[in-house]
Amino acid sequence: MTRRNDFRARNHPAYWAFFVHRVSGLALAAFLPLHLWVMGLAIHGEAALDGFLRFTDQALFKFGEWGMVVLLALHLMGGVRILLIEFGPWSGLRKNWIAGALGFGIAAGLAFALALIS
Amino acid sequence: MTSPVTQAKLWFWQRASAMVLAVGVLAHLAVMIYAVRGGLSAAEILGRTHGSRWFGTLYTLLVLACAVHVPLGLVTIAQEWLGWRGPRVTIGAGFFAIVIAILGLRAVYGVVAA
Repeated sequence: MTRRNDFRARNHPAYWAFFVHRVSGLALAAFLPLHLWVMGLAIHGEAALDGFLRFTDQALFKFGEWGMVVLLALHLMGGVRILLIEFGPWSGLRKNWIAGALGFGIAAGLAFALALIS
Repeated sequence: MTSPVTQAKLWFWQRASAMVLAVGVLAHLAVMIYAVRGGLSAAEILGRTHGSRWFGTLYTLLVLACAVHVPLGLVTIAQEWLGWRGPRVTIGAGFFAIVIAILGLRAVYGVVAA
């Protein structure tokens, strides 16, 4: 018999931490090849890279970049939490790290946004 | 289905690459927040990275760790959310790893050495 979790098992900080980690990982995996391809334009010289950077100098792209930065920060700290759970000396779900990861994501997002508009 | 030994090995590589990425991504976040001030320009980026062993080393490590970490994560998602298993998933993940490694090392070469 296949047992399936219902919403009660999922409405829990550790489940949301898992969900954010998974969705951010998927988004980053989709973005990464594109990002690397763009940076690789530098092989054809400064003008090639600059052409694309100027093309992306629009509000929508900037918002997308900001979103990727926030997702990267969340995935980073969510990942550190997993490493602590698996390799650290404590037991438990490290819920303090879930809060910490959220705080770090917000801080990174604010810092990037401030740098973006400066 | 992959054997328990293979699964343990994949888990190990996922966590080992995560440890490299934990440090590297922190550095990358700091670089991005610094770099984006006043807008991005190729001259500014390449002025920082050209000939820099620090950038070359950091981003080579990041690319290689990504080439390990990202496909393994996608394999897990394919198994758990889509129920995909078997050689096709392994081949797909291997292909994605090679794409990231090639695109990434090409980009590092472009911004540091070209």
